[in-house]
Amino acid sequence: MDNDDPQQFSVRTDTGAGGEPMTEVRYDRASALDAFTTMWRIRRFEEAVEDLYGRGLMHGTMHLSIGQEAVPTGACRALRPDDYITSTHRGHGHCIAKGADLERMMAELLAKETGYCRGRGGSMHIADTATGNLGANGIVAGGVPIATGAALSSRMRGTDQVTVCFHGDGALGEGAWHEGVILAAMWKLPVIFLCENNLYGMSMSSAKAFPLEQLSDRARGYGIPGVTVDGNDPEAVESVTTDAVARARAGEGPTFIVAQTYRWRGHSKSDKNLYRTRDEIEDWRQRDPIERFEHSILERGLVGRADLDQVRAGVRDELRGAVQRANAAPDASAADLLSGVYAR
Amino acid sequence: MSDHGAATGTEVRVTGATETTVMTYAEAIRDALTTAMRRDERVFLMGEDVGRYGGAFGVTGDLVDRIGPDRVRDTTISELGIVGAGVGAAVTGMRPIVEIQFSDFTAQAMDQIANQAAKIHFMLGGAMQVPLVIRAPGGSGTGAAAQHSQSLEAWFAHVPGLKVLMPATADDAKGLLLSAIEDPNPVVVIEHKLLYKTPGQVRTGYATTPIGVASVRRRGADLTIVATGVEVSRSLEAAERLAADGIQATVVDPRTLKPLDSETIVREVISTGRVLLVQEAVKTLGFMSEVAAVIAESEAFVHLRAPVARLAGLDIPIPYAPQLERAAVPQVEDIVAAATRLVREW
Ligand SMILES: Cc1ncc(C[n+]2csc(CCOP(=O)(O)OP(=O)(O)O)c2C)c(N)n1
Ligand SMILES: [Mg+2]
Repeated sequence: MDNDDPQQFSVRTDTGAGGEPMTEVRYDRASALDAFTTMWRIRRFEEAVEDLYGRGLMHGTMHLSIGQEAVPTGACRALRPDDYITSTHRGHGHCIAKGADLERMMAELLAKETGYCRGRGGSMHIADTATGNLGANGIVAGGVPIATGAALSSRMRGTDQVTVCFHGDGALGEGAWHEGVILAAMWKLPVIFLCENNLYGMSMSSAKAFPLEQLSDRARGYGIPGVTVDGNDPEAVESVTTDAVARARAGEGPTFIVAQTYRWRGHSKSDKNLYRTRDEIEDWRQRDPIERFEHSILERGLVGRADLDQVRAGVRDELRGAVQRANAAPDASAADLLSGVYAR
Repeated sequence: MSDHGAATGTEVRVTGATETTVMTYAEAIRDALTTAMRRDERVFLMGEDVGRYGGAFGVTGDLVDRIGPDRVRDTTISELGIVGAGVGAAVTGMRPIVEIQFSDFTAQAMDQIANQAAKIHFMLGGAMQVPLVIRAPGGSGTGAAAQHSQSLEAWFAHVPGLKVLMPATADDAKGLLLSAIEDPNPVVVIEHKLLYKTPGQVRTGYATTPIGVASVRRRGADLTIVATGVEVSRSLEAAERLAADGIQATVVDPRTLKPLDSETIVREVISTGRVLLVQEAVKTLGFMSEVAAVIAESEAFVHLRAPVARLAGLDIPIPYAPQLERAAVPQVEDIVAAATRLVREW
């Protein structure tokens, strides 16, 4: 069996959860609009960033998650504002889905003093304490043990906060993933390891790297449930995350979720797409999570075309304003670089 | 939660005047852990075998009975996971202390130490703090050979964002650890295995040793010895022998490598005009190379009557055989010889 056919995963497959009833999230009008808005904000933010970068107006590198928007959208909808997430180098979507401010994100990418990290972090290090986002990470799997620690902290402080640890399929090759999951499993911590399997870690195919029928089978070796889900369907992602959150809050420990998805763009700006075919990319573009969702909610009569046009217009205005204000903000200042190394 | 805000990192607070009691370096660490955990419920310890086992070197001992297994937490053998979990707990409101069984094993955890803990505060523009303490025993002299005997303090001092402490006495083992726990930054405390059983006068109660303040352990007019870790007591013993030979030495213990109290070092070098820098770690790019540079860049330079001298571990992995292990790092007689040469020849 080959693990890169998403159709195969439109039905969830649980390993080890033990026959608990599975939640089936079906959106009402408000939820459908909310999920659509979030996915559209992620898509348009990244397209704006790509455009600025292409025109030489943005510095550094970036990792775009275009095509993967349903995963953070569905997962973060299953969370409370005070729940935590840890994120990755491909983190704009996680950040936005958890509620970050587009202007401060844009300002960070434009190297401004008003950015989330005052221009010290850039795309790979945005964190937003106000929305429980403990930070993107430039180190593959770097956030995994940190998520375990955040979950340990909620347990010790006596809160029922849950932590979702977003990571890529490539992170499954790191020792940090193993160690973070081992500790969380031993202590039955309220943490969800959510793998966005976009089929590649840079150029390495996850099907080749991890010869399992399904990546989620790996959970068995850690004594925790593993679930595979269609990562291009926000309702499906929200369903499995809702169950995992319930388990976590009930003290039943971590869950490993694998969301099958695909990144449309190259890994980063240096990618020449030599390791995959045009046909494959085109195939996945046909399964655009946003377009699919749009059809589905229109067909189900949850929203009308005018509603979606209104969302798009709103996001366009929001982004335009964010870029304008961010551009007008002061550049990051070198004046107090040394004083920022240590907290006082 | 606690009266945590009451103390600051730069203040030495001595409960009941200067009331002291005799305990070993290991007991002093346990005393600090107990004191801090009773005072602030956010403080907890995790590491390999720190609970019922009592720690590989017996440092935690009965701490689990005093505080309970929730806050004296046994982990799997997962150094990267342990430090990472400490980082995650630290950024979400706890005050974790992690024990790495031997400082050599920090190599397993280096990503979380150097790329995560050290950088988060700066990289996020100040949005988060990482109040994490990493305790790790270092040093040779136990016959444990190359993978269990290193002195790696320079690795950590080379990473902006970390503070690095090296207590050389029982009182500092307690006082510096208490300051580290109070500090809002990641702090690496390198303990020395050979010192664990060494007794000393230790201030009772909540008695901190400030971070960034060197200690002048002894004063003499002929030369200044700057030494760290186990080399502090060796230097003091050497100073006694030198005195019998008519050479009077000052001994400075920086105590905290990062931040470094350069002011005290420079002042004490100026007062004698000769300096011998002693470290157990290998010589090349060791911490004393930095101290030598600090001296060379300071006004002490023009007061030097002799070249700056370094006495350090040989540039080799620590060998097993006792006579080889001794030969690998500065012993008392090596310090006496180097100091005598420095004073007699210059
Ligand atoms: C420890 C580490 N090794 C290598 C890299 C370089 N790198 C950055 S992202 C990446 C691929 C990660 O793949 P995956 O986890 O699947 O995430 P994706 O990029 O697909 O979102 C690599 C190799 C890194 N940043 N950190
Ligand atoms: Mg990937």
